[in-house]
Amino acid sequence: MFGFNVMKIINGFIEIFSTSDYITTVLDGLKLTLIITVCALVIGLALGLILAIIKIMALNMPKMKIPAKVCDVYIAIIRGTPVALQLFIMAFAVFAIRGFPLELTAIITFGLNSSAYVAENIRAGILSIDKGQMEAGRSLGLSYGTTMSKIVVPQAIKNIIPTIGNEIIALLKETSIVSMIGLIDLTFAAKIIGSGQNMASYIVPMLFVAIFYLAMVYLITLLINYIERRFRKSDRQ
Amino acid sequence: MIDNKAPLRENEIVKVKNVYKNFGKVEVLKGVTLKIKKGEKVVILGPSGSGKSTLLRCLNLLEDPTYGEVWFHDNLLTPVDPYIHFDIIEKSKTFKKMKEEYLLTTNLTEEELREKIILEIKKDDLLKKNEGKEFKKAVKDFYNEHVLDANKARAKIGMVFQHFNLFNNLTVLENLTLAPVKLKLKSKEEAEEKAYALLKRIGLEDKANVYPSTLSGGQKQRIAIIRSLAMEPEVILFDEPTSALDPEMVGEVLELMKELAEEGMTMVVVTHEMGFAKEVATRVIFIDEGIIKEENTPKEFFGAPKDERLKEFLSKVLI
Repeated sequence: MFGFNVMKIINGFIEIFSTSDYITTVLDGLKLTLIITVCALVIGLALGLILAIIKIMALNMPKMKIPAKVCDVYIAIIRGTPVALQLFIMAFAVFAIRGFPLELTAIITFGLNSSAYVAENIRAGILSIDKGQMEAGRSLGLSYGTTMSKIVVPQAIKNIIPTIGNEIIALLKETSIVSMIGLIDLTFAAKIIGSGQNMASYIVPMLFVAIFYLAMVYLITLLINYIERRFRKSDRQ
Repeated sequence: MIDNKAPLRENEIVKVKNVYKNFGKVEVLKGVTLKIKKGEKVVILGPSGSGKSTLLRCLNLLEDPTYGEVWFHDNLLTPVDPYIHFDIIEKSKTFKKMKEEYLLTTNLTEEELREKIILEIKKDDLLKKNEGKEFKKAVKDFYNEHVLDANKARAKIGMVFQHFNLFNNLTVLENLTLAPVKLKLKSKEEAEEKAYALLKRIGLEDKANVYPSTLSGGQKQRIAIIRSLAMEPEVILFDEPTSALDPEMVGEVLELMKELAEEGMTMVVVTHEMGFAKEVATRVIFIDEGIIKEENTPKEFFGAPKDERLKEFLSKVLI
């Protein structure tokens, strides 16, 4: 009815596990997916934090108004265009240099893309903290920076972490489009294995890597929940 | 007319002079001058939206005035406008030259002469036309001498908020010790010792290690008050400290405020508690439409109000 049956799939799984070529392809793809995700995440968090800080500072300091406008434009462009298109532009225009590693192009693209979302998440988290907290800190003679780092940010982190978790999960899955510029990630590994020269069945390897994605997302979720619980300590007691 | 010689008289702690504050197009304060002397208990009354909270927040620069000056002792907290400070004008070449000329022709006293010249300079904006590098230096010197970082002044001006604003991520003890320790006014041990003493005073020693979310409103506000006391401030500003409390908790907060008043703490209180104003205040101020409409002792203020708007206000709130 569906063009497959359970026995066939189980047999297929066994075949993938027992064929070293298939396993190597999957693991290589997994490695690339993880490398791109982790490196892009580092870039995204760092750059996103800077963007968020500039935008938050502009609320109090007239000097930062123009840099904040630049950040706004950057974020609008990144969020306003499809990531696949950004990947094409990076690979075939900006970094269309002979010998420039495509992996690096992918990392930079996803890093920049992620930074726009991370920036908005961090900004929203900080703005969600009652203005009175900052005012109380300032009224005691603490500087803007000290109040931010000791009072506002520790409270904002609780709100930011779940949204960053979302962003990590989205990023991990979005990297599956890197095959469009010729990289072999986890998703494309499934396609190669399933192609006519190999298993001649797409459904088995596709389900196989789906389990990998599910497992990774599940682990990320557990990790985020754990961190969140640590930071929510002061809500209870 | 002329009273803007820079330094304050000794017992004045905070002073706002001719302060204007706009929020966008809305003018909230329209030229308010207010001096708070040591030991005074000033209560500010006014209808909602009259600018009383804004005025209070200008005293410690939580709001930057759009125009006007805020002084803490003899330190200016707002930016310097060179054209209104006598100390600066006196240092200009224009002043010296005019003084020499006048000395030959008039027999005014030194003080009268000074006044005359300064008015003339102001009228014709002579400084802008004539002065160069040296004058800029005089402005800079004035700045270095008189202008104080608002953070330093705020450390000595306590503030208590309507919504308490205890730091939610810190325990009660940490709330009390954070600022003194961070600003290096006390060591951690000293600050904790002081914090326990203050907590003992209000009978909440057992709450030292809990987070604010577990406290009642009255407890929160009393801890907010001793948090500002922990900085050993010269004056405490209260911004409607009892307005967000359950009625049965108002008493304990007012009680603590009365205690402080008796101990001689300088206080500026924005409140709707008429009883407190009558009992504790040494001066009551009525603000409406961004200006001070009436300023008097509580007896006169409540007994024989002069301003029409104040009469109307009192007739509504004193039932």
